[in-house]
Amino acid sequence: MSDQSNPMVSKENFSPTSQTEQQGTVDQPVYHSAQHRTPNKLPMDLNATSLELSSPVFGHSSIRPEDADLTKQHVGQPLGERIIVGGRLLDETGHPASGSLVEIWQTNSAGRYIHKADQHDAPLDPNFTGAGRTITDEDGWYRFVTVKPGAYPWGNHPNAWRPAHIHFSLFGPSYLSRLVTQMYFPGDPLLPFDPIFQGVQDASTRALLVAKLDFNLTEEGQALGYRFDITVRGRKQTPIET
Amino acid sequence: MTPLTPPQTIGPFFAYCLTSSDYGQKLITSNRVQAGNERQVLIKGSIYDGNGAPVTDAMLEIWQIDAQSRLPKDLHDTNTSFNGFARSGTDVQGSYQFETVKPGQSLDLNNVLQAPHINVVVFARGLISHLFTRIYFSDENCNETDPTLSSIKDVRRRASIIATRASESDQCTTYIFDIHLQGAFETIFFRWNESILINNQEDQ
Repeated sequence: MSDQSNPMVSKENFSPTSQTEQQGTVDQPVYHSAQHRTPNKLPMDLNATSLELSSPVFGHSSIRPEDADLTKQHVGQPLGERIIVGGRLLDETGHPASGSLVEIWQTNSAGRYIHKADQHDAPLDPNFTGAGRTITDEDGWYRFVTVKPGAYPWGNHPNAWRPAHIHFSLFGPSYLSRLVTQMYFPGDPLLPFDPIFQGVQDASTRALLVAKLDFNLTEEGQALGYRFDITVRGRKQTPIET
Repeated sequence: MTPLTPPQTIGPFFAYCLTSSDYGQKLITSNRVQAGNERQVLIKGSIYDGNGAPVTDAMLEIWQIDAQSRLPKDLHDTNTSFNGFARSGTDVQGSYQFETVKPGQSLDLNNVLQAPHINVVVFARGLISHLFTRIYFSDENCNETDPTLSSIKDVRRRASIIATRASESDQCTTYIFDIHLQGAFETIFFRWNESILINNQEDQ
């Protein structure tokens, strides 16, 4: 089933992690949607111009405080475990990306997206949409209140269930720093079997996608906190004199 | 240097957050670039996979300068509302469209004049990472001297990033720009050279 001509979806790239080796031989599944959607040709190298070194700016006026609290977007409280997800958006040099738009979307606690195309037989929650947005503060911090998303089957291979995850969309300091990614939860037993997560081949890079339980973000008696820092492309090395 | 957070696919279920008002969500942006009284252009097309099947769950973003070759950040002291940015999902036919203005010419960092073009980012289920491309315009004579276009020798590859002028009315010129993610008509996608980031121009 694997497309050997395409390195992005080659079976060889899903080498078992140490975790799966402990559990025995696992035939790592491929991400089938990638097979006919990933370019075969190499990208063309291009030098950025002032356009690519800039980024769209989104005003605070279009963001409301409740946009960052997904548990307060409806009349009642959503079902599920309330959590806080927060962290910093930084560039490669550790410089915070301030005033930058962060958008998230996720399933409800039962593993169902509100999206009309999601046909998973799990209930919708009338008190949960699952979409949030905020602007990073001057130190690059963002913070969302939400409920822990559920796992759900996705038909990619037998017993394919996506590990619980939150989708993130980020801008950062330039057009080149644009990033869409997914945040996962520590200790999720589905992570070794997920071809999307395992599609990141280097284990230490993959680990950057897993949030950490963080009692500094936790609100006592209310919600556990998860820390998810995000590093995007940006200023590199020492600026030259111009 | 801190290692970069890797990308993950946008998946099929982003619309209720990013591109569709069908869910009662207020969107951060539409598929129309905010602009003043400039002459409008409509850019539309479809996205196809390697089998020629329409990609019905993709998202495109565009980022551009205005007709006078200005970036939004250069316009703070003027009355223009130009924001340079828009988003569109694809529909059941794999089609998208943007309403915008045609950008002016601009200098690259080597001070070579570039033909008018719009930057495009493509996101879709099945793409682990997003793809960068550009839309050039078929009715621009200066395409011949554009440093990027003129460096592409393969005629079909070159044509893959040039929108075709299709129709014109009093209000608007329409261009067609299809994107092929894979296959014989594969669109040219870009990898941005990192060395350019060693430059303090963005700090100004």
